[in-house]
Amino acid sequence: MSDEQTEQRRLRVFLVDDHAMFRAGVRAELGVHVDVVGEASTVSEAVTRIAAMEPDVVLLDVHMPDGGGRAVLDAMRRSHPQVRFLALSVSDAAEDVIGLIRAGARGYVTKTISPDELAAAIRRVAEGDAVFSPRLAGFVLDAFAARPDAPMADPELDQLTNREREVLRLLARGYAYKEIAKELFISIKTVETHVSNVLRKLQMSNRYELSRWAADRRLV
Amino acid sequence: MVTVGTQQPRLTRSRDQRVVAGVASGLARHLGIPVVRVRIAFVVLLPLSGLALLLYAAFWAVLPLQERTAEEPPRRNFMHLLPFVAIGLGLLLVQTLAFGFGALGVTGLAGWLVAIIAVGAGVIWHESDPERRRQWSETLPRVPWLGAVVDESDRRAFLLRFIGGGVLVSVGIIGVVAVYSPAENFGAVINGIIFALVGLAGVAVVAGPVLWRTYNQLRTEREGRIRETERAELAAMVHDQVLHTLALIQRNAGDVKAVQRLARGQERSLRNWLYRPVASPNERFAAALEQVAAEVEDTYAITVETVVVGDRQTDERVGALVAAAREALVNAARHAKVQTVSLYAEVEPDQLSVFVRDRGAGFDPSTVEDHRHGVRGSIIGRMQRHGGRAKIISEPGDGTEVRLFLPATRESVTTGKDAS
Repeated sequence: MSDEQTEQRRLRVFLVDDHAMFRAGVRAELGVHVDVVGEASTVSEAVTRIAAMEPDVVLLDVHMPDGGGRAVLDAMRRSHPQVRFLALSVSDAAEDVIGLIRAGARGYVTKTISPDELAAAIRRVAEGDAVFSPRLAGFVLDAFAARPDAPMADPELDQLTNREREVLRLLARGYAYKEIAKELFISIKTVETHVSNVLRKLQMSNRYELSRWAADRRLV
Repeated sequence: MVTVGTQQPRLTRSRDQRVVAGVASGLARHLGIPVVRVRIAFVVLLPLSGLALLLYAAFWAVLPLQERTAEEPPRRNFMHLLPFVAIGLGLLLVQTLAFGFGALGVTGLAGWLVAIIAVGAGVIWHESDPERRRQWSETLPRVPWLGAVVDESDRRAFLLRFIGGGVLVSVGIIGVVAVYSPAENFGAVINGIIFALVGLAGVAVVAGPVLWRTYNQLRTEREGRIRETERAELAAMVHDQVLHTLALIQRNAGDVKAVQRLARGQERSLRNWLYRPVASPNERFAAALEQVAAEVEDTYAITVETVVVGDRQTDERVGALVAAAREALVNAARHAKVQTVSLYAEVEPDQLSVFVRDRGAGFDPSTVEDHRHGVRGSIIGRMQRHGGRAKIISEPGDGTEVRLFLPATRESVTTGKDAS
């Protein structure tokens, strides 16, 4: 991992998934874009091997027999803050998505994503950006829009700004970052900042609305 | 000799002919004699220091209840009991008249008291019978103890009988102590009461954990049954849909379109089954949109990424919005030549908005000919007729977005949840 190419350094990616077939498929498809440096099929295996490998990005399955992606995140996030996590799951249920994001994943994509999109998502996550699928943007909007007039404990932390809301809406409508930038007359960097802020708010806020929203829909 | 068991009916308490606990009729069936004779025998034995009571309690405690049969047992007829009680009381009266109270003697009295204790203990024992507990805990799933106190009918009866049994036992013990200790000693009665309380406490200590354990056991059993049902449901679902889809995919492996359509349809149905609360497309906006998206997916073999924020009830105007959205989806599926179309809808307090976007071929809206009704009639015209508006943004090579807006009348808006 020396500085052979400074700008197009191959990203080191680690796969956590309990389905060997799926790991093989992802490895084969991603091989041209990134270096897949390791795999794990259980939570404990993942924790030890990620600590040893220190990859740039971990692709994390949500549902695994012994605790799932949540357990890996809980174990790793404190000790290895430089490792980024991108959740990759067949489930696009709201409680899985929001749960993983709040546990510290930097993005969430479903397994039907195309290889190119997945590679792009990995790159974005590695650069410190957040990855929102349209559905995830919809969930966030739904959660924050459920009760707009409810009292806020910490308005600055809890409430999405209008701009963030607009960005999320466009994301949910299927716009790419650069299209959003064009639509809102802002730079792509600003769009990324807004999206990252939404992600940060999701992780940091313990908005009771969010949990109540989940409870209302019998998600938790 | 397997046939031995079938020669005579097993000795059980009868379920269908019982008056008190079914002991007499059970015995009668086992011995093959009329019930009335057994009952008469019990009554005749009654004056012998309450021997009948003792026997009855013993049988009650020991004999299992007859296997449950399909039909509901008839309601007990307590009128049957009446003549026997009368005869019994009469016999007791005759005994007392003939020999006087003295004739009963200390032993006779003690026998009676022991019989009373036995009956009380039998009642308690019977009430803590697991089969019986199952009966009434099945009707009230969560809090059996609460149910025993609060709930009507069977449970209240249970409590009454339990207390009744306890009272019988204590009265009997008090009596025994009073009989055997020096007479006219008030302290003896106190002692008796204390003995009785200790006895009851003993019963509670013995019965309590057993009862508690049985409750837990019943609860886990019930949970297990629920899990089993869910598993069976899942298995049925996988069998009916997933396996059949996979079989179809294997047969059509060469036909990419068909495989994709099958896989997508199956994925959607599994997802709905796993994650979505079911809502009727005729009532809810989100459900209607999802149904429309599913139809387009199936018909044109494309993916519609549906995101709906908020929900509300449909009416005629919302139905028009959904129809316009459907038309936009169909257009995108037919003309854009892409695999994926985004459908985003949001329910806001003052308006409903729907966006249908594709990244396909695109077109120049100004060149659409007048006779093409798809866009003008089905989308723009329909929205205008219902007080909304539609906007179509498209550029050749840059895809198309159809934006539909419908102002919501104040009273019809129900953001997210509503009371209905």
